[in-house]
Amino acid sequence: MAETILEVRNLSTSFFTDAGEVKAVNGISFELEKGKVLGIVGESGSGKSVTAYSIMQILSFPGRVTGGEILFKGTDLLKLPDKKMREFRGESISIIFQDPMTSLNPVYTIGNQLDEAIRLHTNRKGAEIRQRSLELIRLVGINDPARRVKQYPHELSGGMRQRVMIAMALACEPDILIADEPTTALDVTIQAQILELIADLQSQFGMAVIIITHDLGVIADMCDEIIVMYAGSICERGTTDDIFYSPKHEYTKNLLRSIPKSQKSAERLVPIAGNPIDLLNLPEGCAFAPRCSAAMKICLEEHPHEVAISATQSAACWVNIRDGLAMQEEAEEPVNADMEGGGSQ
Amino acid sequence: MTSEDRKILTPAPDAALCPDDLYRPDPENILEVHNLSKHFDIKTGFFKSLPLKAVDDVSFFIKYKETLGLVGESGCGKTTVGRTLMWLYPPTAGDVYFDGAAICDKNVRALRRNMQMVFQDPYSSLNPRMTVEDIIGESLTIHRVYKTKEERRERVHELMRLVGLNKEHATRYAHEFSGGQRQRIGIARALAINPKFIVCDESVSALDVSIQAQILNMFKDLQDKLDLSYLFIAHDILVVTYMSDRIAVMYLGKMVELAKTDEINANPIHPYTQSLFSAVPIPDPVTARQSKRIVLEGDVPSPLHVPSGCAFRTRCPYATEQCALETPPFEDRGDEHYVACWNR
Repeated sequence: MAETILEVRNLSTSFFTDAGEVKAVNGISFELEKGKVLGIVGESGSGKSVTAYSIMQILSFPGRVTGGEILFKGTDLLKLPDKKMREFRGESISIIFQDPMTSLNPVYTIGNQLDEAIRLHTNRKGAEIRQRSLELIRLVGINDPARRVKQYPHELSGGMRQRVMIAMALACEPDILIADEPTTALDVTIQAQILELIADLQSQFGMAVIIITHDLGVIADMCDEIIVMYAGSICERGTTDDIFYSPKHEYTKNLLRSIPKSQKSAERLVPIAGNPIDLLNLPEGCAFAPRCSAAMKICLEEHPHEVAISATQSAACWVNIRDGLAMQEEAEEPVNADMEGGGSQ
Repeated sequence: MTSEDRKILTPAPDAALCPDDLYRPDPENILEVHNLSKHFDIKTGFFKSLPLKAVDDVSFFIKYKETLGLVGESGCGKTTVGRTLMWLYPPTAGDVYFDGAAICDKNVRALRRNMQMVFQDPYSSLNPRMTVEDIIGESLTIHRVYKTKEERRERVHELMRLVGLNKEHATRYAHEFSGGQRQRIGIARALAINPKFIVCDESVSALDVSIQAQILNMFKDLQDKLDLSYLFIAHDILVVTYMSDRIAVMYLGKMVELAKTDEINANPIHPYTQSLFSAVPIPDPVTARQSKRIVLEGDVPSPLHVPSGCAFRTRCPYATEQCALETPPFEDRGDEHYVACWNR
């Protein structure tokens, strides 16, 4: 049994806006084992980034964690005072963001910013610091480190900046690296470079990685386990093959049918009907029910609980529960059966 | 677009007179583009400026009822191609033939009735102070295609039904709709005057994955129903593959390859196309594990300092001396598979 280094239990995060409480994350739980790669997939507003920010405790106002525990090697990060948390951040858990243009400080050189991270989190002193910066820059595949450390962020391309961000995140060899949409702002060929780099470094240092993305293609060949989120809840989790080849939750099934899957298939896409969820008015039952073609009466009334489907896979969907308990309950007629793909209202 | 804006967008009479040659485009083609170039002057100092060759000597054609996909990375000039052939930017050089006639300043107003555009960002491309009815109906007013107000309203409602919007929502403003619905409004606006040709510039890239398929299928259905031709510009190669009959690939203002969709996917010839297509993240673990990515070295050079000869040679694994000296011609390698490369 591998060592569990991060355990999230019943995490809830809300944003208290003028319009009301927006429940961005709704009681989610998951575990991350040492050296594993976990993918979190979801559309905008599914709560995937908020989950990451909650773990790092870098939520911006008016966001607040409203419940749950985040255990890093047994320590509850939510109970730590700010000062203590600052040590964990960067040293034990690092994050890289979507937009490398805005996450670097434009008025300091690359070298300066790397030095700062090393000075704050390690015992290195004086010339050792710069030495380590140069080493890190070389590690992330940037040529000519001696020249690069003297440059400012605007002198680098987008891919280069993301490499610098990765170098900074790796400065103190963290146990966990969280990559929040690491390649969304980059072009395809650069995206391939960055994904390859993350995979290389992961196997080299044996750290655990959480990759957060909306693009199922990005995680198809990188993750050990995948979590699918919708409207702040986990719909389904399983190994990569579970999710892609035998999805159980209706949302995952529909999502996979609605994206072009390869350069060869000419199969017509099946869109998911309806519009994205309004987090201010979450429905009482399953959040996906209003768009689900298999929705039953109970889906609209009661939030489904997660049930294990196999040793590696579980899903929170009434359709599964019904099929599993088909002996006890009469199958109900789908209420949204007349819903056609492409309808908007 | 208000009437003020239109004045600004009307091209200045500094380029491209109606070509007086007797060339007649192929009657099968709705659009023919010959050696199109668009250069912008970029100020690099007080008196200095450099030409930015956003589009450089690009030629292609689009047949009636066909979709041509245009892919490339950011800054390769794909948007500029779309805007230049709509004459939103007057071209620096080259000719565009649309629906049998050469486009020039004199006839572009009339020809634009048959060509429309759907933009990337459904949030900024709709005027927040206009109702949906006015947004969709504006081009009807501009081209004076209705007689009474009721007639216009009827047409707007018909268009809204066509794109799957509720006609009761005609009096609402754009901010009251979700991204996918806004894109539907943008499409209804483009369809208002019955165009034959639509430029879709990254029309689904701002949308959520679950909404994308709705809009893509709608584009396909409308094409069958209304006999439309599309230039489908996008950076997502899987989306372009799904939509297009043929695909063109651009790199730093030049077209490097153009072929039928199946052909270019199965048998890409240009080294840039090969690496671009191999870098596509495939949402299928088995295929993804088996496929070999051809990872390119380095970054795209600045479009202000395009390498001499073949623009791709600085990152190309097959580059030779010839590539630095001469620009490779964009040639047909058989079965309408065009490639610009010396070595492949």
